[in-house]
Amino acid sequence: MPSMTTRKASWRAPSVLPGFGLTFGFSLAWLSLIVLIPLSTLFLKSAGMGWHAFVDVGFSSRALTAYRLSFGTAIAAAFVNAVFGLLVAWVLVRYEFPGKRVVSALVDLPFALPTAVAGIALTALYAPSGWVGQYLDPLGIKVAFTPIGITVALIFIGLPFVVRSVEPVLADLGKDVEEAAATLGANRAQTFARVIFPAILPALFTGFALAFARGVGEYGSVIFISGNMPGRTEIAPLLIVTQLEQYNYDGATAIAMVMMLVSFAVLFTLNALQSIRRRRLGA
Amino acid sequence: MRRHAPGTESRTAQVLLIGLALTFLAFFLMLPLVAVFSEALKQGVRPFLDAVTNPDAFSAIRLTLIIAAISVPLNMVFGLAASWAITKFSFPGKNLLLTLIDLPFSVSPVVSGLIFVLLFGAQGLLGPWLSAHGVKIIFAVPGIILATVFITFPFVARELIPLMMEQGKDDEEAALSLGANGWQTFWHVTLPNIRWGLLYGVLLCNARAMGEFGAVSVVSGHIRGETNTMPLHVEILYNEYDFVGAFAVASLLAALALVTLVLKSVLEWRFDLHSGASH
Amino acid sequence: MIRVQNITKRFGNYPALHGIDLEIQPGEFIALLGPSGSGKTTLLRIIAGLEFQDEGHVYFDGQDVSDIPVGKRNVGFVFQQYALFRHMTVADNIAFGLSVRKARLRPAKAEIKERAQELLRVVQLEGLGDRYPGQLSGGQRQRVALARALAIEPSLLLLDEPFGALDAKVRKDLRRWLRDLHKQMGLTSIFVTHDQEEALELADRVVVMDHGRIDQIGTPEQVYMEPATAFVSHFVGETNRLPDGRHIRPHDIEIVTAASGRGEGQLLVDNVFRKGGAWRVEGRLHGSETIVEIDVDAHEPPPGIGQTVAIAARRARTFALAEEA
Repeated sequence: MPSMTTRKASWRAPSVLPGFGLTFGFSLAWLSLIVLIPLSTLFLKSAGMGWHAFVDVGFSSRALTAYRLSFGTAIAAAFVNAVFGLLVAWVLVRYEFPGKRVVSALVDLPFALPTAVAGIALTALYAPSGWVGQYLDPLGIKVAFTPIGITVALIFIGLPFVVRSVEPVLADLGKDVEEAAATLGANRAQTFARVIFPAILPALFTGFALAFARGVGEYGSVIFISGNMPGRTEIAPLLIVTQLEQYNYDGATAIAMVMMLVSFAVLFTLNALQSIRRRRLGA
Repeated sequence: MRRHAPGTESRTAQVLLIGLALTFLAFFLMLPLVAVFSEALKQGVRPFLDAVTNPDAFSAIRLTLIIAAISVPLNMVFGLAASWAITKFSFPGKNLLLTLIDLPFSVSPVVSGLIFVLLFGAQGLLGPWLSAHGVKIIFAVPGIILATVFITFPFVARELIPLMMEQGKDDEEAALSLGANGWQTFWHVTLPNIRWGLLYGVLLCNARAMGEFGAVSVVSGHIRGETNTMPLHVEILYNEYDFVGAFAVASLLAALALVTLVLKSVLEWRFDLHSGASH
Repeated sequence: MIRVQNITKRFGNYPALHGIDLEIQPGEFIALLGPSGSGKTTLLRIIAGLEFQDEGHVYFDGQDVSDIPVGKRNVGFVFQQYALFRHMTVADNIAFGLSVRKARLRPAKAEIKERAQELLRVVQLEGLGDRYPGQLSGGQRQRVALARALAIEPSLLLLDEPFGALDAKVRKDLRRWLRDLHKQMGLTSIFVTHDQEEALELADRVVVMDHGRIDQIGTPEQVYMEPATAFVSHFVGETNRLPDGRHIRPHDIEIVTAASGRGEGQLLVDNVFRKGGAWRVEGRLHGSETIVEIDVDAHEPPPGIGQTVAIAARRARTFALAEEA
């Protein structure tokens, strides 16, 4: 043991606890095997395709329509979730009511429920003959097999991201800040707009971004309710599957790359904005 | 005399907001859940039981259980190893490692399946080598296991890392100073400290392993009786318009989800764990 | 003038305040002193309007403010943990109270800025207006909190253990600074503390509270020299409680020579150490296990450990049974 620590002390801080070599080595190996190597095939294949082939499939009109649909519905759903997720988080943190614990557990349902199960359930609800669809259909509001249906499914999927991101920050906010605002003469609305909301905005933004990222790549909960009509309700992940079924590996890869790069860009921007803010406010 | 404590809303406003939140949740979250069970039992108990006990359903259930039984322990070991390495030692690149561990979360399930097809599929990187040796990964169980391991990779680690960071190294250093070796320390000191967090992580990992759809759909080839997990089986039945069958199997998964939620809540409340599900 | 009349407050079954009566003159600096749970913070918050009493009234200059919401009582409140708005600059924090006023009463933007700058000068934080609270030290944050409360030109300043979260040195400096500020501004102020040194140093009058009741109201001198109850005697300054029921301060016991014949008891010395400018002698009374602490003038040689010395009381107090803690 002592020899292990002195040998490794050159590149990391020396330590008393044993097991670094074993655990770090194993972690790195497992990580490489399961995550890094498989992911790298995506990059390798994209690189190997050549720019023109990549653009041809990755940005074909069918692909562009699919991107518009996937990103558009994901943003719309994320917005709805931002509003109602904030409401739910507020109610759970601030108020007491009977059954609160059950409600709080329920918020995690989309995390725990298999996506395919959610998918068929939502379709059953919003189809013209479904519990909800039967009321909306006569009004001319078609949900199933339209982008609206996709958005509804993504609202289901994304809600916990917003609620769980906002809750801890809201809980940490502390009543004294709001009381301070009250002593200074602010009414409840002013307090919310100028004191509370700005303080939780970063967390809300994080939740929004996470819900968005999840929504863009969502498959199981969407493919049943969307109807999968190319050019209308074909989401990008489905397009990937279609390409694969036709053994068009290149096509599938190109589209997957585009999606991944956009997701990474979103998350990277988010992280950058957060750290700028943190630095400015001085932690 | 309308006084209400400053720093909070009037009682009316509170009731309104609670009502609005509950209505939203009931509509968007509860309704689908109820619909699963309602549709499953639509034609009565008999058809429901038939749907979940026929041979195809059985093999789907069996496969799902096998997948979970293999992927969850593997990722649990990884999670333990990674958390130990990250939280008990200082080394450069920790942040990078953490980001890499989170990677599967930011990848679409379909893409998660795609990468294994690209690696092991017939036209993939290792495809020719595999077929030359008669090894089937894609469109067979090993492929499903790999994809599931990828997808559920971060769960245990993400749960343990913040927990172990909070607990620090004091207990372990104390054990060492008393003469314990690494394994003893881990087994008798660390493990008891983290057991509820570990259980929580395993719980989430398992729920996802059993319920994964997108990635598994891509790698499995949908071969009935052979490479169908329960979620895939649901899809097949649904596409064949066997709605009762689909919802029946789905209701088993929904029941599993409910059990997961209950256990999760119990762990959170009794042992003061925070949900590690969101960043 | 602030008048608190017969205030009672219960939290569930727990009686936080009982029949509190208090009068505060304009310009006074009052300390609410007591241990945790004495109700001092609750009383402060009721005066502010952050809590509501179950019984009793609060009058500002003769007007019953019990139904007036906190935002309209024109009080400045300084919180223990500062409660600064972390996402706003220091200047914006200070200006907040002015910027949320209704349009009619709100000064022009330029004027608000000017006032914020002026207050920054008053609290000696000039030039830090564009910083964020997270970039300031604890002492600086507390001064921002004070400036923010003063910005609305309150008629009453309330401070809830304002220095509790700070280092000892910073606390001392801020105490002195606050006293000077009060002398300058003459604003009626009530502050809550559990630190009796602080109360004695700063206040014009001290209100000693215990378990929801007021034990004594008086000047620092009165409360120290003439404690009304055993609790006050022990909470404010140090007191020895002798087996015969007398309460004596360490500096009111003297060591006498056996020859003088004034000795009232024997003390077996256990420990001798310097405390501030004196020798602190700790020992046990002969014939009991009572531990007694004596302050001996630093210029005289103290007794040795293990020695037995004769002691006599210079001033002692006895309290009626009802007043014993």
